[in-house]
Amino acid sequence: MSNFPFLSVLTVAPLVGALVVALLPRRSPELAKQVAFGWSLLVLVLSVIMWITFQADGDRFQFRESYPWIPNWGVNFTFAADGIALVMLMLIAILVPLVILASWHDAESSKRSVPVYFALLLVLECTMIGVFAAADVFLFYVFFEVMLVPMYFLIGSYGGHQRQYAAVKFFLYSLVGGLFMLAAVIGLWVVGGKTFDWQALSQVDISTGTARWLFLGFFLAFAIKAPFFPFHTWLPDAGGAAPAGAAALLVGVLDKVGTFGILRYCLPLFPEASRWFAPWALALGVIGIIYAALLAVGQNDLKRLVSYTSIAHFGFIGVGIFAFTTQAGTGAVLYMLNHGLATGLLFLVVGMLIARRGSALISDFGGAGKLVPVLAGVLFFAGLASLALPGTAPFVSEFLVLIGTFTTNKPVAVIATLGIILAAAYVLWMVQRTTQGTLNPALTEVEGMRRDLTLREKVVVAPLIALIVLLGFYPKPVTDVINPAVRATMQDVGRTDPAPTVGSVQEAAK
Amino acid sequence: MTELKLPSIDYAALAPILIMLGVALVGVLVEAFVPRRLRNTVQLTLALAAVLGALTMVILNSDDRLLTAGQAIAVDGPTLFLQGAILVLAAMALLLIGERSIERGGAFVAHAAVTAESPDDRRQAEGASGTTEVYPLATFAIGGMLIFVAANDLLTMFIALEVFSLPLYLLCALARRRRLLSQEAAMKYFMLGAYASAFFLFGVALIYGFTSGIPGRTAGVDFATVHAAVTDSPASPVLLFAGMALLAIGLLFKAAAAPFHVWTPDVYQGAPTPVTGFMAACTKVAAFGALLRVFHVAFSGAAWDFTPVLGAVAVLTMLVGAVLAVTQTDIKRLLAYSSIANAGYLLVGVLAPSKDGLSGTMFYLVAYGLSVLAAFAVVTLVRDADGEATHLSRWAGLGRRSPFFAAIFTFLLLAFAGIPLTSGFMSKVAVFGAAWASGNAWLVVAGVVTSMVLAFPYLRVVVMMWLSEPGDATPTVTVPGALTSAALVIGVLATLVLGVAPAPLLDLANGAAEFVR
Repeated sequence: MSNFPFLSVLTVAPLVGALVVALLPRRSPELAKQVAFGWSLLVLVLSVIMWITFQADGDRFQFRESYPWIPNWGVNFTFAADGIALVMLMLIAILVPLVILASWHDAESSKRSVPVYFALLLVLECTMIGVFAAADVFLFYVFFEVMLVPMYFLIGSYGGHQRQYAAVKFFLYSLVGGLFMLAAVIGLWVVGGKTFDWQALSQVDISTGTARWLFLGFFLAFAIKAPFFPFHTWLPDAGGAAPAGAAALLVGVLDKVGTFGILRYCLPLFPEASRWFAPWALALGVIGIIYAALLAVGQNDLKRLVSYTSIAHFGFIGVGIFAFTTQAGTGAVLYMLNHGLATGLLFLVVGMLIARRGSALISDFGGAGKLVPVLAGVLFFAGLASLALPGTAPFVSEFLVLIGTFTTNKPVAVIATLGIILAAAYVLWMVQRTTQGTLNPALTEVEGMRRDLTLREKVVVAPLIALIVLLGFYPKPVTDVINPAVRATMQDVGRTDPAPTVGSVQEAAK
Repeated sequence: MTELKLPSIDYAALAPILIMLGVALVGVLVEAFVPRRLRNTVQLTLALAAVLGALTMVILNSDDRLLTAGQAIAVDGPTLFLQGAILVLAAMALLLIGERSIERGGAFVAHAAVTAESPDDRRQAEGASGTTEVYPLATFAIGGMLIFVAANDLLTMFIALEVFSLPLYLLCALARRRRLLSQEAAMKYFMLGAYASAFFLFGVALIYGFTSGIPGRTAGVDFATVHAAVTDSPASPVLLFAGMALLAIGLLFKAAAAPFHVWTPDVYQGAPTPVTGFMAACTKVAAFGALLRVFHVAFSGAAWDFTPVLGAVAVLTMLVGAVLAVTQTDIKRLLAYSSIANAGYLLVGVLAPSKDGLSGTMFYLVAYGLSVLAAFAVVTLVRDADGEATHLSRWAGLGRRSPFFAAIFTFLLLAFAGIPLTSGFMSKVAVFGAAWASGNAWLVVAGVVTSMVLAFPYLRVVVMMWLSEPGDATPTVTVPGALTSAALVIGVLATLVLGVAPAPLLDLANGAAEFVR
């Protein structure tokens, strides 16, 4: 079974599904939804089999496949997955069916074609899988850029208020980063001896000055994608305007490409430059944690609020990556997964609330828990997961990031910890203003608010809640897969974990 | 009296050129002797047959690597590749020119001599059959372009320049509607083109002077002599630099590079759209073919001297094209500025003095030509009672009215923006890669930065088409006739195929990327 070409099949399958769905007649939206859902389940099953086949203690890269594409430039369709990519692929495979299920009626509210909406979701899945599965820098770049197109149309055609503005801003920001990366990719190709193969390039010695410039080209693209402060301003607009399902994929998966790219490309290919730029990256991360959290506290729009919380969380991930310890790195990767689950859930639940109320403004809610108690409960749970309450999965990752960072950089760890307090503030205040307190009389007028979670919506949230709790108590299956990959990455950077000394333990105890 | 020695002529190698020019002459006779109602069919068939015949000869000659006609013509890899490219693009352009079902009588004026805006003019615009002189004119132009990319001395190059330019000036003036605009465009193009030709000729004279006095060689303007003179000439290098600059001005004018680009938007807007497409695709190939040969063969020894200057021109061209494209409100002007910016990217490739640079530039020319012709084909389709609706505001909501054509145009715009899986992306990678490898990383950075700027106007059109609501003024898309459909299908498929599997064409370009000296 380990010879089965998992990665290429996983990449192509959603694309085929998208074509099938797009070719379905416009008059039969129900059929389109069912086909799209079925197809995404197929991908999920395949991914689960791949996860089981993956040997955590085996090679760093598994399921390697390579087919020639453009021999003149040394471009190949090379796919390979390490533990980090595997976890992200699994996240995609889990989220997409749930998002399709959650968006069942989203496309109908717009005047656009319903099958196309689901086809775009599947195209997006194809490009997202491709970007994580690629082991050829050129191929990675192709998926990285193409990913913009389906997302652009999802936001621009099916989004809410200010969707045009948000879609264009999203596209241009990402394209700017992407084009800087294109220059760096071409430069890397030239200095690397005209090959795009990741493994060959990771062996190449690049002169310090060149490597720093190339690092910057890649880092800029990933920092915009992630997004890190100060490149984040597109996310609240895009997240606020996108339909809830697309927004869940946007922050849940798409943005992880940024942090994944840093781990896969910036660190191993330009180790010296990574160490050189690490203080700056840490600073951006820390500023992001505090600044975005403060902005989140002040938001009155639910989707924008969740977007800002994501920026804060990406700050944590950035800190975890650039702390250069295995603990922090593992925490960062785990955070990428957990954030996808928790924020994905939060976005979907918020989307359900908004669909009922017909407004995303927090001030339009108030005491909603009295009308839709189950939905309010799920929102509360998603909020708690998002603020990393112990017992939920994000706690494990946030804690790992903080202790991993503390061993090498105490001030950063201490400031980042403040972010947890702010997280409590924005989540709890949001929950209080929407679902608790006195009932907003206007809510009873709205018909949608009299309907609690439907069966379909329960099916959407149940797996996410289960996973968040499960990974909160028992993250070992995931950390086992992540750990070797992170350790290898840290070795590439040339940093080993500081040996625990008595002194540092005492210091930590103070 | 010394006996005059006739140069030997390899007629097979020259066949593509001879076929085009010969058929152009036959076309003139057709105008005189064939009854009016048959002319369009006869002329179109004749022109297409000539192009296909010439293309066949190019393919049959594909292994030729020789100099002929007294070293005036070089038939080598780049010549054959570029001739093939010109012929394929010209065939597509002829299909657009021959289209008669979109507008009654076709896109061309019936009687070019009728005063614009007069009652007679309005009558002819109503549907009188368009003039058929366009076919011999276009055939002459194609023939001139075939010589232009093959010319191995500066005088032949100059004559070829005139042979393909003069018909183009006329073609620009032949639009059926908005005739004042069309005539103004032709006049502008002619005046500025004449200046550019004069610059070119002056440059030839200076270079001739520069080549005199090399021991063991007579003065001359063939590329081998010029090449030898660059290193060995006892004459002052001022002659060389001035001559090179003047030659470059003449060529960069045709290539639409800044600061010699000012004619482009006006001419692209005023000319009949099929002719605009023809110019954007074929003239570009011809101009860059000549630039490649002049700078890679004749002046390669002076690369250190011209690279910084031409590099600055490239950066300026990319900047001007990208920045001014942002402010455009007319689709044809937008595509004109995009074509200027693309001239900048092509220059980046020209400045890479390597096999990769040469093959990358040639790949770019083909890929861009195919996409841009398809784009102009779509422009001919979006129309209302007054002809083409080129103002961008009129394209609002087109995605609702005609999703199919809007999708095609979106795809072409994404190709222009260089999004992967389109030929635009592959060609950018090809020229940027070659440029970086030959030490011009600064040009790559400039190219990337201007691409970011250029993405915005393209995106604006996409937004217009898809995300805006259709208004009362949104025109419908005319169902294209068979000819336009064929051109459109070829262009769009090529844009996709070259974006997904560029290897075969890259191989072909690579195999052709060596000049015979």
